[in-house]
Amino acid sequence: MNSKIKKRLWQFIPVVLGVTFLAFSLMYMAPGDPIDIRLSAGGVVADPAIIKQMRDEMGLNDPFIIQYLRWLSNFFTGDLGYSYINDQAVLDKILDALPYTLKLAGLSMVLTLVISIPVGILLAAFKNSKIDYSIRGVTFIANSVPSFIIGIVLMYIFAFKLGVIPVLATSKFMGMILPSVTLAIVMCSRYIRQIRAATLDEFSKDYIVGLRARGISEQVILYKNVLKSISGFIITLIALSIGSLMGGTVIVETIFNWPGIGHLVMQAIEHRDFPVVLAVVVWMSITFLMVNLLADIAQTRLNPKIKDI
Amino acid sequence: MTTIKWKDLPSSFLVTVGLLLFLILLSLCSNWLAPYDPYATNPLLTTAPPSAEHWFGTDIHGRDVLSRIIVGSKTSIFASFALIVLATTIGTCIGLIGGYCGGRIDAWLMRVTDVFLAFPDLILAIAVAGFLGGGLINSMIALLATTWTQYARLARSAVMAVKTEPYIYAARISGCTQSQIIFKHILPNIFGPILITATLHISKMMMGLAGLSFLGLGVKVPEAEWGTMISDGFQCLQIAPWVALLPSLVMVMVMMLFNLFGDQVRDLLDPKSKL
Repeated sequence: MNSKIKKRLWQFIPVVLGVTFLAFSLMYMAPGDPIDIRLSAGGVVADPAIIKQMRDEMGLNDPFIIQYLRWLSNFFTGDLGYSYINDQAVLDKILDALPYTLKLAGLSMVLTLVISIPVGILLAAFKNSKIDYSIRGVTFIANSVPSFIIGIVLMYIFAFKLGVIPVLATSKFMGMILPSVTLAIVMCSRYIRQIRAATLDEFSKDYIVGLRARGISEQVILYKNVLKSISGFIITLIALSIGSLMGGTVIVETIFNWPGIGHLVMQAIEHRDFPVVLAVVVWMSITFLMVNLLADIAQTRLNPKIKDI
Repeated sequence: MTTIKWKDLPSSFLVTVGLLLFLILLSLCSNWLAPYDPYATNPLLTTAPPSAEHWFGTDIHGRDVLSRIIVGSKTSIFASFALIVLATTIGTCIGLIGGYCGGRIDAWLMRVTDVFLAFPDLILAIAVAGFLGGGLINSMIALLATTWTQYARLARSAVMAVKTEPYIYAARISGCTQSQIIFKHILPNIFGPILITATLHISKMMMGLAGLSFLGLGVKVPEAEWGTMISDGFQCLQIAPWVALLPSLVMVMVMMLFNLFGDQVRDLLDPKSKL
């Protein structure tokens, strides 16, 4: 199994290089000159001599491939470049924003799991009952609502109509409730359906019939067998949804003004602060890749039958 | 893929198709149907609540919200259709080539697909639209970059499954050219799963386009489009909630219709996958 993991790690490297190359190329193709952006951010009228000097300093006269390799080697040594707007190190900006996004993502993930695992199993247990149909109906509707609409509606109801939660998300716990509930609703609508399906699938297997025939109680079957076998499935589900969770945080952080990574990247796009955008995009993709890799490894540990990861 | 006769189709499917056709017709004729000019501002009637004259109220510039929703439907719906057609074509072609040729070409194409898949959904779209600048075309390119990979993978695995079937050997022996084999014999056989994915994707594309517009990376401001309208309305949510909430409601209903259509197409073509 270790050799399989090693092989997987070797496949990982070209993909990471591809991601950095694609993202860097996009930045290279972006209209607008970095010098103009930098100088106009400082409000300086440019002197051609200074522009030329700055171009040399920033290495903008070098060929594309040299610029890319320089950026890449800096990236992997932890130097993510400097903001065009205020010359702050991009790494510091990301590290400032990261805890907020992690808190938000963590809380919404906990909410999602706490709600969707019991509900999904419950629906499987009462398959085709009224409660099954009605909750599946709700998940179908929720699945058709984009996260920004959920966010706006929640804000309208709880902040404006009921006034129980302040409109502007402060970094306190109260401000975190609406954004994480928004993300949790989006994820729950998918999780509940999938967990229900996985549980039904598991319950229909022959060994469950065997266990029942031997008189083992439904509860024991549920906790000792079914829950254990769908745990691997849930890990994959989590790993796959990290990607949409990242996209979701960008939208939700913009709506609720939550000072996380998503907010950072949108601000950077608005000010054409490309080093920040580039670093965040690459960083998010690598995180997403790593989470999926770890989930695959965890899968093989949980379920030794899976050999080919 | 089994052939399906019209009279066998369940009535619920026909109702969905009817509603969709009606919706498409509505958005095609939107320029004549809109009760007011969607771009005409009226400084005397800003943020007017829904009334007999303006059923959905007016926005912060005094523009009629209903007219803007109707006219905006054209962008939202047809841009999504165009996206799906493009993504399906590009993805399927790449998958077909990779799966059929195999070997080094396949390995390279799959590595490229892996790179695109490595970006979390919306993040690649944000990167493309953020670097290249907003606008309808750029946001469509952005979403295309995130979508084609799924079709490439789907087509590839489908080709791998059918390419060793006897009828492909028979076609080869009887002197068919490579392109004849790919397009005449393989493509029709993998069409089902691709069609299912495409119909399920339409609402996802609408959501993506509206999401990018909402973030200010999509359709530019005066243009009537649902995401931009909701984003505009969000700014005055407290004083005029209808400006954001009514377009949202319409958008959700349209997306539900498309999702329902996708589910029904899947159940028809692939009854096994029914949950």
